Amino acid sequence: MVSSVTNLGRSGVFDWLIQRVTAYVLALYTLFLLGFMVFSDVNYETWAALFSQTWFRIFTLLALLSIGAHAWVGLWTVTTDYIKAMAPRFLIQALCGLTMFVYVIWGIQILWGL
Amino acid sequence: MLVSLYRYNPETDSAPYMQDVEVDIPEGKDLMVLDVLNLIKERDSSMAYRRSCREGVCGSDGMNMNGTNGLACITPMSQVVKKNKLVLRPLPGLPVIRDLVVDMSLFYKQYEKVMPYLVNDTPAPAIERLQTPEDREKLDGLYECILCACCSTACPSFWWNPDKFIGPSGLLQAYRFLADSRDTAQAERLSNLDDPFSVFRCRGIMNCVSVCPKGLNPTKAIGHIRNLLLQRAT
Repeated sequence: MVSSVTNLGRSGVFDWLIQRVTAYVLALYTLFLLGFMVFSDVNYETWAALFSQTWFRIFTLLALLSIGAHAWVGLWTVTTDYIKAMAPRFLIQALCGLTMFVYVIWGIQILWGL
Repeated sequence: MLVSLYRYNPETDSAPYMQDVEVDIPEGKDLMVLDVLNLIKERDSSMAYRRSCREGVCGSDGMNMNGTNGLACITPMSQVVKKNKLVLRPLPGLPVIRDLVVDMSLFYKQYEKVMPYLVNDTPAPAIERLQTPEDREKLDGLYECILCACCSTACPSFWWNPDKFIGPSGLLQAYRFLADSRDTAQAERLSNLDDPFSVFRCRGIMNCVSVCPKGLNPTKAIGHIRNLLLQRAT
């Protein structure tokens, strides 16, 4: 058993499962948006109407949280593979975490138009 | 034929270098790479490499031949030689002791971690612990591993984290005991593997499968371990 405290969950299965589940959410969201762009006339009115519906705001928030979790698992793996020195590795991990946190909060602000 | 050899003797060389050697290959014969190394050693006895059974059973002569890991004793020249040239290097990712001889300590340390022995604390029967033919069949494709390290040293995940990621060879052995009907330590074995490095560093690129000289499939075994972990945790 190798111990680690900077990955998303404490367990390898947890990280693995979260990455797969969030990948499905992101794929669904992407497909939906692509479908929307292909099959409806995209202009300010239709776009605003889509984002004014609660279910789509929830779906978007879910996609945002999914990006956060998915990117954390992925970038944590990349940093532990390629950056061997503890200080720069932790700094980059913290920077990634901060960026994702900002994106999620900013996304909520945009979605609910605070 | 031109053979390019990785040479390094820490007592005399400050850095490793490649040495080009011209070797006369007997006409009409498809020699194994090990035979060619033996021809070279007849001329230059300072050339160091491991070999023992010379028939793909002991796993001593794992090396990198024209960029691909394999056992020199069962790899015919016709299969690896490109443009009449053969480049021989030690297994990648492990510290070199001398020439083609690598230090396998990290590899064995990972092997040791998976408890590569049967654990069963129940009283031993008079003769032996029996298995049904079906249960025995589950070990096929797992027990044949000869620990030559060709797979683990072809795996980038093992190159980057050889101290934390168990590697394809160790994981194949881990599943060999997880799948054994006579073993009673499955829960303990799985608990030891459930961290983000030991199993989950595998990214499924299957280098291990493409180089295994025994034709085994560590990626499939890793998939089985992942399923066992998932079943236990969800």
